[in-house]
Amino acid sequence: MTARILIVEDEAPIRRLLRIALEAEGHLVVEASTAREGIAGAARETPSAIILDLGLPDADGITVLQAIREWSTVPVLVLSVRADEADKVAALDAGAQDYVVKPFGVKELLARLRALLRDRSDENMGRSVIEIGEIRMDAAAHTAHRGDEDLKLTRREFDLLWMLMSNAGRLLPQNLILHTIWGPAHTGDAQYLRVYIRQLRAKIGDDASNPRYIFTEAGVGYRFADADTVRVSR
Amino acid sequence: MPETELRPEPEALLREVARDGRGRLKVFLGAAPGVGKTYAMLEAARARRNDGVDVVAAVIETHGRLETDALLRGFEIMPRRPVYYRDRILSEMDLDALLARKPALALIDELAHTNAPESRHEKRWQDVEEVLDAGIDVYTTLNVQHIETLNDTVARITGIRVRETVPDAVLQAADEIELVDLTPDELIGRLKAGKVYVPEQAARATQNFFAKGNLTALRELAMRAAADRVDADLRAHMAANAIPGPWPAQERILVCVTEDPSTRDAIRIAKRAADRARAEWIVLSVSSSHSETMTDAAKDAVAASLRLAQRLGAEVATLSAEHDRAEEILNFARRQNVRRIVIGRPPARAFWRAGRSLAATLLRKGEAFEITLTPASDGTRAAGGLRWSILPRNLDLAGYLGAVVAVSVAVGCSFLAERLFPVASLSLIFMTAVITVASRSGMGPAVLASLLGFLCYDFFFVEPRLTFTIYDRSELLTLGLFLASSLVTGNLAARLRARGAAQGAIADRTNKLFNFAGRAAAAAGFDDVVWASVSHVASTLEAESILLAPDVNGELVVVGGFPPEDHIELRDLSAARYAWQTGEPTGHGSDTLPAARWLFLPVSTGNRTLAVLGVAFANEHRFASFDRRLLDALIDQIALALERTLLTEELSQSRLASETERLRTALLSSVSHDLRTPLVTIIGAAESLAETPSLGETARHDLAVNIREEGERLDRYVQNLLDMTRLGHGALSPRTIPIEVADVIGAARHRLRGVLRDHPVDVEVPETLPSVLADPVLTEQVLVNVLDNAAKYAPTGTPVRISARQVGKSVELRIADGGRGIPEEDRDKIFEMFYRVETGDRQRAGTGLGLAISRGLIEAQSGSIRAEPALPDGSGTAILIRLPLAPPEVLP
Repeated sequence: MTARILIVEDEAPIRRLLRIALEAEGHLVVEASTAREGIAGAARETPSAIILDLGLPDADGITVLQAIREWSTVPVLVLSVRADEADKVAALDAGAQDYVVKPFGVKELLARLRALLRDRSDENMGRSVIEIGEIRMDAAAHTAHRGDEDLKLTRREFDLLWMLMSNAGRLLPQNLILHTIWGPAHTGDAQYLRVYIRQLRAKIGDDASNPRYIFTEAGVGYRFADADTVRVSR
Repeated sequence: MPETELRPEPEALLREVARDGRGRLKVFLGAAPGVGKTYAMLEAARARRNDGVDVVAAVIETHGRLETDALLRGFEIMPRRPVYYRDRILSEMDLDALLARKPALALIDELAHTNAPESRHEKRWQDVEEVLDAGIDVYTTLNVQHIETLNDTVARITGIRVRETVPDAVLQAADEIELVDLTPDELIGRLKAGKVYVPEQAARATQNFFAKGNLTALRELAMRAAADRVDADLRAHMAANAIPGPWPAQERILVCVTEDPSTRDAIRIAKRAADRARAEWIVLSVSSSHSETMTDAAKDAVAASLRLAQRLGAEVATLSAEHDRAEEILNFARRQNVRRIVIGRPPARAFWRAGRSLAATLLRKGEAFEITLTPASDGTRAAGGLRWSILPRNLDLAGYLGAVVAVSVAVGCSFLAERLFPVASLSLIFMTAVITVASRSGMGPAVLASLLGFLCYDFFFVEPRLTFTIYDRSELLTLGLFLASSLVTGNLAARLRARGAAQGAIADRTNKLFNFAGRAAAAAGFDDVVWASVSHVASTLEAESILLAPDVNGELVVVGGFPPEDHIELRDLSAARYAWQTGEPTGHGSDTLPAARWLFLPVSTGNRTLAVLGVAFANEHRFASFDRRLLDALIDQIALALERTLLTEELSQSRLASETERLRTALLSSVSHDLRTPLVTIIGAAESLAETPSLGETARHDLAVNIREEGERLDRYVQNLLDMTRLGHGALSPRTIPIEVADVIGAARHRLRGVLRDHPVDVEVPETLPSVLADPVLTEQVLVNVLDNAAKYAPTGTPVRISARQVGKSVELRIADGGRGIPEEDRDKIFEMFYRVETGDRQRAGTGLGLAISRGLIEAQSGSIRAEPALPDGSGTAILIRLPLAPPEVLP
């Protein structure tokens, strides 16, 4: 799977690192070192995904993100120095799909990017069965299994788990989950989500202090492990 | 000084020394306007200028005289400072410009001039003092009628009283006095030729003022004033150079201060006599039960007299006498080697009291002394007399009524008693009534009661009854004795009562001081002392009070007030600053900036001024009459209390400074060591990877892992340094949200997966554990630090146990390792910065920052962190972190 990736990053060593890693994955890389070049590149090169650094010399990365979002829904992965969850939420609200905190591990970044690109490829659309690790869900039959064990999920738990698994590897902001599962009136009721996630973890046998499936991004949202991650953490 | 030792008097020498650095003052003294003082001054100044002296004409009043104008040409003339006052523009000397210009010699005309309101000083002579203090020589002019002690005399001679006076001390301190003399005939000739400027206020009285007789008298006064000075110069010279002279036994003149208005004249006269006789003079005020019961107006008069005396340079003494004021004064006079006693003549009194005045008693008893009675002054007597006579009558009305009531009751009781015990001595009942009245209301009512009682007793109970006639001789004697003894006891009781009141007032003052000493001692910090001071001064003096002290920039600011006040007007602030700089009382009621609302007094100990206390009273009367001595005593105590807290603060600040220094050193060594160690590994490993193609696959992988792990360590260290900086600057604002402890443990373990590789991690978190209210990023960092530490100190392969439980309204996280443990006495120290650096107990590279920052981060989120042994036998270390519970969750 070859994709065209735009890197908007002012630090040359980081651009070089990313280029090597991405080209090793078989991607095509386009580089931009300023906000202006970044916006122009996003329009000209029609990349499949953008890796965007928030600290650019000529403008804030959020500004670039907002400019791109005016005409494009291209997935954007944000790079930023270790920040509060408020900054992360701000980037997500501005239209980023995911973020990676600097200093980052290349493996982790590639996994995130892969999830974004996969999502793009409509891999999950129309599927009725998803299987990740030991968990298997069948939307048509409305069943969920862990190995041979039938997980007796309530309607909401099933919807929640389906949403997480069908977006495996992707960060799901908690407001998006609340909006989708509970409806627009419950956006902001983060405690509903925490309680359901806790119940879900108990049922699928996941340990929050050493998770295999459901990863918490405190104050931001949740991420379900994709097939590769599950295999590694085994 | 009878001893003829050839040693210069130390004080005289000191005066000479004090003169160094201070400018020299020359006064051109004249008998009347128009004698040519300004002209003489300009001529003298021109001579100095021709000698190359830097001369500036600061203020010259030429009054349009052509000769003077001509003489002024060629001098540098300073522009005047315009002062806007009530729609008028007055021009005043620009004192600050003069001080800034700093010439060698300044010409300042008319020393007695009164400055426009709102000026720094009320009088020009005060400006001159400041100019002299700045080391600038001054030439100035003065008419003899403006000299304070001659003021009365001149007024009596000419019939015109000038309000602008200059204290004699200023003239005495002058280094040179030049008499500008003109015969009366010449002066009158000049006046007729229109060459004399006549001040407006004197215009009407010109005829009088410039009468030849007057001018002759004024001329003589001026000459005498100048001659006195020549004498004084000679004396000072002799004293300073230890020339043995026929020193007479030191004679002293004593002035007795009474509330009578003539006292002020007495003080002025004594001053002149003392000057002429080269004698010391003492102004004595006698306080007694009598003075404590004086009217406010009388107290004001005494206080004003004492102030005048101080201004004129008298030694002021206060004596407390109870019984016999005159005797106490005479005793004092004998002790002090006084020859002459001056006292103001009391106002005319009723004939039976005339012999009882202090003056009369002194005349009678002080046969050994020369006693001078000064005339009662004309202007003040009428008003003064009126005041004195009305007030007491008003005050005692209730007492007299009480006397009547008491006697009526006595009459009633006597009727009753007569019926019950026919033989009783009824006069004793009346006696009781008289004593009762005397003890409660004072002498006047007591006399009234005894007279009334006498009459009633006679009328109702002495045969024949219901007449004033007395048949029985023995009854007559009874009545006589009764009257006498009732007068004596009444007098005695009244005096006791007065003494009680006086002692009450003294006790009250002592009490107030004592109370403050207690409060000040109890006050812990500077702010407490400030508050205790302003509130105590306010309640004791029934005034507003305010305290100003320098802030960190040395700028004087309000630090406390009662009633609370944090702002004062600019005018008041500059008065406060002046008091702060000069250490002199400034503002309302003082000589400097009297237009201010507050009176500012410096609060100082030894040679250090610590603060400025301001007081303001509701009205002018209270301003004039408040207990200045009590305030001074309070200020001394405030100063002591302030100094105590300041010293404590300075001590702790110097301690803090050395602590900061220690931290700075530790941080520098930590940064250089802990930043470089990982870098050494990273650079070395990367170099090997790049330059050594022969490396095997495993070796390459190991080197890469090495680089990654050291990089992560560096990252953690940098994060701690950042957090430390944020904590240090108070820039850390935790954003707490409900979070799951298990989530945070998971995130921390994920970040430390490399470090924790060699340690199994046991996690025990109950499923029902409620959420905590914490900042996820900061809490994760704390957990990373604690786990990092645990992994560092626990032997390889030993487990790290993480558990959590609910304790009351918080969740307790416990991270235990199997290391050697921490000795009990060090358990708190591990949370101090660079603790390990200090003890040198270094096992592996570490910063000594992690736990200290963890404590900072946890406490910023209202949590707590501590250490205990992991196992009952004291081995291992457990770090316990408590975080507050999140609000209860509601299930959907």
